[in-house]
Amino acid sequence: MNAADAISRRSFLSASLLAGAALAFHVRLALAAENGAPVGTLTAFVRINPDNSVVIGAKNPEIGQGVKTMLPMLIAEELDVDWEQVRIEQTLADDKIYGPQSAGGSRATPVNWLPMRQAGAAARAMLVSAAATQWGVKPDALITSGGMVRHAASGRSASYASLAPAAAAVPPPAFETVPLKPDSAFRIIGTPRRGVDTPAIVRGAPLFGIDTDLPNMVYAALETCPVFQGVIKSHDDAAALAVKGVIAVVPINSGIVPKGQKDALAIVADSWWTAQKARALLKVEWDLAAQRHFSTAGYEKAAVSSLSGAPQSDILRKGDVAAGLAGAVKTVSARYDYPFLAHATLEPQNCTGLFDQDRLTLWAPSQAPTGGRKQVADMLGIAPESLIIHLTRIGGGFGRRLMSDYMVQVAQIARALPGRPVKMIYSRADDIRHDFYRPAGWHGLTAGLDKDGAIVALKDHFVTFGAPDAPVRAAEMEATEFPAQIVPNIHFGASWLQTNLSTGWLRAPTSNAMAFVFQSFLDEVALAAGVDLPTLILRTLGEDRLLPQVGRAPQFNTGRARKVIEEARRFAAWDGKRPDRWTGIGRGFGFYFSHAGYFAEVVDATVSKSGQIKVDKVWVVGDIGSHVINPLNAEHQAQGSVIDGLAQAIIGQKIDQVDGAVVQENFDGFPLMRIDSAPPEVAVRFVTSPYPPTGIGEPALPPVIPALANAIYAATGQRLRSLPLRTAAV
Amino acid sequence: MAITLTVNRKHYAVSVDPEKPLLWILREDLRLPGTKFGCGAGLCGACTVLLDGQAVRSCQTPLSAVGAAKVTTIEDIRSVPAGKHVVEAWIDLDVPQCGYCQAGQIMSATWLLGQTPDPQDADIDAAMSGNICRCSTYLRIRKAIKQAAAATQADKAA
Ligand code: FES
Ligand code: FES
Repeated sequence: MNAADAISRRSFLSASLLAGAALAFHVRLALAAENGAPVGTLTAFVRINPDNSVVIGAKNPEIGQGVKTMLPMLIAEELDVDWEQVRIEQTLADDKIYGPQSAGGSRATPVNWLPMRQAGAAARAMLVSAAATQWGVKPDALITSGGMVRHAASGRSASYASLAPAAAAVPPPAFETVPLKPDSAFRIIGTPRRGVDTPAIVRGAPLFGIDTDLPNMVYAALETCPVFQGVIKSHDDAAALAVKGVIAVVPINSGIVPKGQKDALAIVADSWWTAQKARALLKVEWDLAAQRHFSTAGYEKAAVSSLSGAPQSDILRKGDVAAGLAGAVKTVSARYDYPFLAHATLEPQNCTGLFDQDRLTLWAPSQAPTGGRKQVADMLGIAPESLIIHLTRIGGGFGRRLMSDYMVQVAQIARALPGRPVKMIYSRADDIRHDFYRPAGWHGLTAGLDKDGAIVALKDHFVTFGAPDAPVRAAEMEATEFPAQIVPNIHFGASWLQTNLSTGWLRAPTSNAMAFVFQSFLDEVALAAGVDLPTLILRTLGEDRLLPQVGRAPQFNTGRARKVIEEARRFAAWDGKRPDRWTGIGRGFGFYFSHAGYFAEVVDATVSKSGQIKVDKVWVVGDIGSHVINPLNAEHQAQGSVIDGLAQAIIGQKIDQVDGAVVQENFDGFPLMRIDSAPPEVAVRFVTSPYPPTGIGEPALPPVIPALANAIYAATGQRLRSLPLRTAAV
Repeated sequence: MAITLTVNRKHYAVSVDPEKPLLWILREDLRLPGTKFGCGAGLCGACTVLLDGQAVRSCQTPLSAVGAAKVTTIEDIRSVPAGKHVVEAWIDLDVPQCGYCQAGQIMSATWLLGQTPDPQDADIDAAMSGNICRCSTYLRIRKAIKQAAAATQADKAA
């Protein structure tokens, strides 16, 4: 496994790399010093204190997905310490020491499942080897538990702390060769563990990026061009600079316009509130002529006309779709669409930077610090290695913080004010109007059924955004979109409109939209076939098998899909009956495979006479592999994902554009789910399967949206094909 | 001119524009960053604090409006009898995900229990719908409030 190789090569054996590891920990040593100086640093991830407590490094950004608890659980398991002995510290961002560090794609679990266990096992092996030498016995005569090494034959035992100084001098074993525990010996993996930061969060401790506080710090607000890709023609900052407390106005480039151009002014002051107030006094002339014509209304018109023509490009052509449809006993056609969406993390984008003697230090709430390091170094023309990046806790990611604009911005402001730490914060309007949006899309679908009700042909024309002959970020469509790998005749094609908006990955990217389109459409197809949706899917899946690998997408296992669908039917006591009249109460089903996780969900919904949608209950069944590492967090993630998906459907979330600029500015225009609209119950069940565990931050989200839309159809007979869902009065 | 302010049972003198919102005074001048900035418009509740026991949005409360009122923030919420139980229930049920909204949620929940010792779902909806949780921890927030209510009642009975 590559990641394991990489870490064992990088973080072990070499003295210089151990020095690097020590450096990594030194920054937070003040925090860890409660027990005196550590007695041993074993690998880049484990430090043992004199009182036998253990500090474990958490290397990935914590955005609320629970990774700061989960990865150290893997280390602690194999190190064989009690969880109560462990304290967790966030490491610096440095992938040369720690291996990949990003919060995206639900990848942290599959990427780290082995390497983190190996890191713990390697540290344990060093302790065991130190004890074996001291006692003159064979290492395999020794056992460990609770941070102790024991020799049963002689009754000797020693704490990890007493062995750590000697262990630190033992050559670390190669990761690949160090033995791992059998599953039956797990005492931490698979047990519910609360978030390691929970006590600090409820104390109001300064954990988040926005809480960064440094001596002599100043604050920056940004006046960014309201129209994406517009640039500054001229500006007059005299009035803003005259405000008491304002220190400087710095023109910067946010990273989305060509180098050399500026598209934002940073107002730096002794208070963010002052900077934000002074912002109103700036006079800026923007160059936006080339962007003004972009608008939601324009996109909709262009999309509709594009849908009536042929796709501009093929995604997948298989068999003969025209012949398949011509020979079909029944065909079903429908158009679906969904809007641009913002991420709206509750902690607005922010970043703190200090430029001092050619060195830049950032305190970054970033999901992708490695990418940020590159972009900052590139913008400033400095060496990537000259950056020190502290990872802060993050007040929500959802993919927004995979982008690094805030790092690039604060780096330029900090460089203009050498020696002064600068904390830059977006206002809420900045945050919503300068996002990297989930791209909108329109689909024109047709399916053909044979006399047995099997799907024989499927066609989709997907209209979205591209620049100019490839999709923009997060507007891709996979050729593996279910059931494309199974149905014999397929044509998926795409056409691309132009936009000036930046686009990006939103939690369960592409899947959050595709699940709605395909699972709603398949419910229509199932109706035409005279069956319910789970029956249609099961019938289409056929026998249990692994479908062929296509590109880098995870392989689809029809048997795993079948199991979660069958389990969801049992869990929700799904009877498969179509209603014979519209009662306003309905039940819908959705299945989706994304991020290597299989999820089937059932929604019960009520639609009032006035058309108000209420979600009464959701059932979730997921297969995320052989182990649910932290069942407590897994349940919370699944519940949060489901409610997040419902937010995209029922509370009117969408981003509109007029004259090139985004219209929505705050939570009135771009609403977020509130407690009174959230479902009272989301029941979660996992089935296990003999495959490596995968992440749970995303895959539970996509199927709930079509499950709700299908429930609304069952309740009212209204087939809603447009997000956000809008019901008519019934 | 310095203005006196009572926050978390301590007295402070601050020399700032009286129009500066309490949120930014807490965060920038008093170095109490537990109170969070979410929207700056009274729409999300992340900045909720107690003003003489009443939940208010500190982003909408200029210093001039605070006067002699006593401010309680998340950093001292355990000093309020219900607050202590709210915090404990929050830990017990592991309510937070990213955690960013939770200071505001805890302040609103504490205020609710002060008003309504045995809140029903409708009371919780009414008191808590001004507090957004982007991570949607609502199922646990509801449960934790009920748990804290029971613990607060048990305290009184004892
Ligand atoms: S920051 Fe005050 S209500 Fe949102
Ligand atoms: S826990 Fe993330 S916003 Fe509530």
